Amino acid sequence: MPQITYREAIRHALAEELARDPNVVVMGEEVAQFNGAYKVTDGLLATFGPTRIVDTPISEAGFIGLGVGASMLGIRPVMELMFWSFYSVAFDQILNNAANVRYMSGGQINCPIVIRGPANGGTNVGATHSHTPENVLANHPGVKVVVPATAYDAKGLLKSAIRDNDPVFFLENTILYGDKGEVPEAEYVIPLGKADVKRAGTDLTIVTYGRCVIHSLKAAEVLEKDHGISVEVVDLRTIRPLDFDTVLASVKKTNRVLIVEEQKPFASVGTQLAYMIQREAFDDLDGPIHRLTTIDAPAIYSPPVETEQLPNPGRVIKAVLAAMA
Amino acid sequence: MSKKPSAIADTKAESAVKATDYALAPVNAALSSTQRIELYRTMIRIRRFEERSLRAYQSKNPSGGTNIGGFLHLYIGQEAVAVGCCSLMGKNDHVITAYRDHGHAIAVGMDTKPLMAELYGKITGCSKGKGGSMHYFSPDKNFWGGHGIVGGQVPLGTGLAYALKYQGKKGAAMTFMGDGAVNQGAVHEAYNLASLWNLPVVFVIENNGYSMGTSQARSSAGQLAKRAEGYDMAWGQCDGHDVYEVRALMDKHLTLAREQSRPSTVEIDTYRYRGHSVADPDNTYRTKAEIEEYRNKKDPIQVSLQKLLAEGVLTEASAGKIDAEARAEAENSADFADASPYPTPDDIQKDVYWESDHPTERKSEGRLFFD
Repeated sequence: MPQITYREAIRHALAEELARDPNVVVMGEEVAQFNGAYKVTDGLLATFGPTRIVDTPISEAGFIGLGVGASMLGIRPVMELMFWSFYSVAFDQILNNAANVRYMSGGQINCPIVIRGPANGGTNVGATHSHTPENVLANHPGVKVVVPATAYDAKGLLKSAIRDNDPVFFLENTILYGDKGEVPEAEYVIPLGKADVKRAGTDLTIVTYGRCVIHSLKAAEVLEKDHGISVEVVDLRTIRPLDFDTVLASVKKTNRVLIVEEQKPFASVGTQLAYMIQREAFDDLDGPIHRLTTIDAPAIYSPPVETEQLPNPGRVIKAVLAAMA
Repeated sequence: MSKKPSAIADTKAESAVKATDYALAPVNAALSSTQRIELYRTMIRIRRFEERSLRAYQSKNPSGGTNIGGFLHLYIGQEAVAVGCCSLMGKNDHVITAYRDHGHAIAVGMDTKPLMAELYGKITGCSKGKGGSMHYFSPDKNFWGGHGIVGGQVPLGTGLAYALKYQGKKGAAMTFMGDGAVNQGAVHEAYNLASLWNLPVVFVIENNGYSMGTSQARSSAGQLAKRAEGYDMAWGQCDGHDVYEVRALMDKHLTLAREQSRPSTVEIDTYRYRGHSVADPDNTYRTKAEIEEYRNKKDPIQVSLQKLLAEGVLTEASAGKIDAEARAEAENSADFADASPYPTPDDIQKDVYWESDHPTERKSEGRLFFD
């Protein structure tokens, strides 16, 4: 199977869906002539032309709102946010209009929009550019939220997202863009709302998603080798809809849980997971649910310190050892 | 009232019509007697519907509970704007507006029974009791809401225009907003995109002089529609008390959108007799004398009636019959709303996701809802 990058996998998904459905339009800042701020859309303008690949001004409320409106009339816009951090200036369009229009119209309207872009810290760009809003987004019924960790998942999930009739928010990661993984040449899709056990284990379950999957897999290797601890890593892949059955099955097997997430702790995705695990698997737990998050402060700039503010393999190992103690 | 006089300031789209003879403008001269009467009838239907809704708001239901909750932003006084604009709609023309949306909903042809039922929060409402007064929608009538956040609908309307252009349809997206919306950033972002991309949208500013309780003089610098010049858009202004005048100006701007795919902005001077919403005691920012002056001299329904009487299209008797029918329709809509059931708790989680409403076609897995 060919090895391609996470960035290429997303690009291939876009290209395949653009070719499949003439209603798909890719739109965002620098997506066309500049070939993408992070080169995700590199070459799409040359292949599909300026009607399908559209550069926007720096105007997120305007162009995201435009995409929402166009989607109500049957266009399938795939909007790129250069950083998901910029969602704050389009909040009303994303979370009032896209999220609510179906409900407020009594089900008369659907909004098949995808908004995608990177949402991560760890690149020393300070607090304004390092937001991870998946918890904020997923707090809004009516939307779907996807956070892929690998090239294979990114491609299959993005294709499902574009075909979905509900608004889907797709959160990528600039640090993962260059990571390579096996991706089949034949077409495939991965349904939203299906978790993936990335590593099987027996002693403790790590529930995680996004780049923290990669940290957790690295930590699991060390824990196995140096400490004889067998860690199972459950990658949620999609935050909403949530494949909680896979989480439950793993917890019932290992009886110990660590949630790892690149989120600030207060009211994070992990907060919801912890509530659900204690509610539905209380008797299966041999100890309290543990959680590893970003250290609770705005994203620090200082490069070596930011690494320590975020989850990383070393912090995951410590957290697992604490949970096993 | 601290507004500028409503002179025609149609700087870019040259006006072929003099201020005095709007009835003779081609778009109006072409109207049959029946069509003229329909304009009047629609305005009076809106007026009677809203008066009836206000009575319902201010009274209790037979069980002693609330008939209508939340906000009720009445359009009374502004009827000629929505009716004039929406009367020009062709099959590829679309409408979107803000929260003062009852007039537009009736003007695009929505049935008043589900509109009143929506105010009552009933399952027979146009949004099944899930949207309320501010959130009327009817995609089958090309009506896309009904939006609660000031200015938030303006990018959406621009997106409707984008879709029309993308799909190669000759139509226009009439995107209504109030005078308060022009100071929202989303409006300016939409103006820029519409002009930059040559989108067939007409931005309609319904200028009733007050953004809630703040007069135009205290909220907005310069003439509102003239801001279009900064985005290289044509703009026009007219008096919104005469439905013929509204149609004469809007016809030109809709043609610009449909034929040349160019956006433009129209500022239509109008006036609301009621407070910003029913919750506004309306005693802090304008005088009763000002309201009375508009009501007595510029009421759009009276203006229209006098013209139709003068034209010989209506008589006092036939006008009275139309009014009686409008009152009966409003009463029937209230009876329908009153007799309709509320949604049940089981309905709360319907209409959230397309997928949860179409379970057999669902592709995703996992939990969509949480408790």
